[in-house]
Amino acid sequence: MCHNSSKKENTMPRYAALIYGPETDPAAGSPEDWAKVMSDYNDFGAAAGAAGVIGGGEALQPTATATTVHVKGGAKGGEVVLTDGPFAETKEVLGGLYLLDCDNLDEALRWAAQIPGAWLGRVEVRPVIDFSEQG
Amino acid sequence: MTRPLEEFLRIEGGRVLATLVRFTGDISLAEDAVQDAILVALERWPESGVPHNPGAWLTTAARNKALDRLRRESKRSSTERKANVLTGSGPYGPPNETVVHDDQLRLIFTCCHPALSPEARVALTLRTICGLTTAEIANVHLVAEATIGQRISRAKKKIALARIPYRIPPDHELPDRLPAVLTTVYSVFTVGHHAPSGRLDARTDLADEGLRLARLLVELMPDEPECLGLLALTLATHARRAARLDPNGGLVLLEHQDRSLWRHEEIAEAAALVEQVLPRRRVGPYQIQAAISCLHGLALTGSDTDWGQIAELYRMLETLQPSPVVRVNRAVAVAYAAGPEAGFALLDALDEGTVAHWHLYWSTRAELLLRSGALGDAMASFDRALLCDMNDSDRRFLAGRRGACAIARK
Repeated sequence: MCHNSSKKENTMPRYAALIYGPETDPAAGSPEDWAKVMSDYNDFGAAAGAAGVIGGGEALQPTATATTVHVKGGAKGGEVVLTDGPFAETKEVLGGLYLLDCDNLDEALRWAAQIPGAWLGRVEVRPVIDFSEQG
Repeated sequence: MTRPLEEFLRIEGGRVLATLVRFTGDISLAEDAVQDAILVALERWPESGVPHNPGAWLTTAARNKALDRLRRESKRSSTERKANVLTGSGPYGPPNETVVHDDQLRLIFTCCHPALSPEARVALTLRTICGLTTAEIANVHLVAEATIGQRISRAKKKIALARIPYRIPPDHELPDRLPAVLTTVYSVFTVGHHAPSGRLDARTDLADEGLRLARLLVELMPDEPECLGLLALTLATHARRAARLDPNGGLVLLEHQDRSLWRHEEIAEAAALVEQVLPRRRVGPYQIQAAISCLHGLALTGSDTDWGQIAELYRMLETLQPSPVVRVNRAVAVAYAAGPEAGFALLDALDEGTVAHWHLYWSTRAELLLRSGALGDAMASFDRALLCDMNDSDRRFLAGRRGACAIARK
C-alpha cells in the first residue's frame, strides 16, 4: 500500500499514530506559538515523508465540530441517535477509523450510521481541516 | 419610531435573513447585513412610509449591505472568493413567496439540526428565526448572556466547519429530522409558558414566539400531522394563560382556574385542528397531547372533565414516548378516573432515583395521599417537594398546599 516508497514491502506492518493533546485553537495562543507548532509538524512531515513512512494523515477540526453517532438496539437498522460533541466514554476505546469523502455532514452521518461500530459502540464524526481553504 | 414598526421589522427580518443566508452561505454575515438594512428602514420608513413590498425592499437592502461588507473585508483578507460567489449568483429580482417559504424552512432545519445540542437549537432558532437579541434570549431569569452568546457562536461555527447543509431534507429523511424541529419549537413555548425561575409568567414573550413558530411550521409544512398537533397543543395550552396565577403570583391548579378567563376561541381553534388531523391516522405525541389539552379546555367545570378519556390518551402517549413526566401525568389522570390507588400503582413503578429531585413527582404523590386521607404521609411528600428546585409561583403554591395539609391534620 505504501506506493511512495521503494524500500517498503507490501507485507510491512502499518501503524496508526493517534495524536492526543489539549484542544488547540489557533486564535487562542499567540501567532508565534501557532507558527512554531505548524513548523514542527512540517518538519516531521518532511522527515517522515522523505523516509517514506507516511501513508496518510489529516488534522481534525476542534471537538466543538464533532457529532457522535449511535445506532440503538445493538444491531444494524436501529434508531440513529446523534449527539453534539465528541465521544466521551472512557470504557470504550478507539478501534479504527475511516476517512469519508462526503459533500456535507448529513451525508457523512448517514454513512457513519452504517459502520458496525455505530451499533457496537459509537462513531465520532469530525471534519478534517482543509488547509487549502485557510485564508 | 414606534414599537409596532420595530416588531414588524424583527419578524420580517427573520424572513429576509433566511434568504440572505442562502445568498451569503454565512449566517453571521447574513445577520449583520439584515441588521444594517433594518437600521436603515427604522431611519427612513417613519418619514417615507413603508414600501409597497417591505420584504423585497429589506432583501435588496440587506443584499447590498452584505456585498458592502464583503468588499470591505476582501481588501484585508481572502474573503473575496466569497464575494465572487455572491455576485455570481446571477440576475436578481425580489424573491417570490415560494422562494421565501423554502428559505425559511431551510433555515429552520439548519438551526434545528440534530447534530446541534438541544440548547443550542433553541438559542439559535430564537436568534435567527425570531430575531431576538442575545440579551433577550438570556434575560436574567434564564442563562447568562455570555453563555447564550457562546452557545450561538459555537453552533454557527459547527454549522460552517462541519458543513451542516442549508437545505430542506428530502421526504424520506423528514421522519428523522422533523422531531428535532418540533422539540425545539415546543421548548421555546414551554420555557415561555412555564418560566424555570421567577414568576411562572416571567417569559410570556417566549410563549408567544413558540406559538408563532408553531403557526409558521404549519404554514410551511401543512401536510405534517405532528406540525398541526404541535400548533393545537400550544394554542390550547396558551389559551389558559390568564387564569394560571392568583393575584399574588401563586399557581392556580387547572381544576380551580376561573374558566371565564380562558380564551375559548383559541381552544376552539385547537379542537378544530385536532379533529382535522386525527382522522389522518398518523398519530404522534403532539397530537395526543393536543387532544388532552383540548379535553381540559372544553370541560365546562373541573368536575366535568373526561378523566377516563384523558387517562387513555396518556396511556397511548406513554407507549409512544415513555418518560417519567408522562407517567406522572398519567397517574394523575388515572387517579381521577379510577381512584388514588390506581394512581399510586403507576407512581410506584417509577424508578425513584430518576424523580427524587423533581418537585412535581413529590407534589403529585402528596396530592394523591391527601385525597386518600393519609395526611401525615402527604405532609412528608410536600416537604420533599419543597426541597427541589422550582420557580417562585410553584413554590408559593406548594407551601400553601403544605400549610392547608398541616391545618387539616390538627
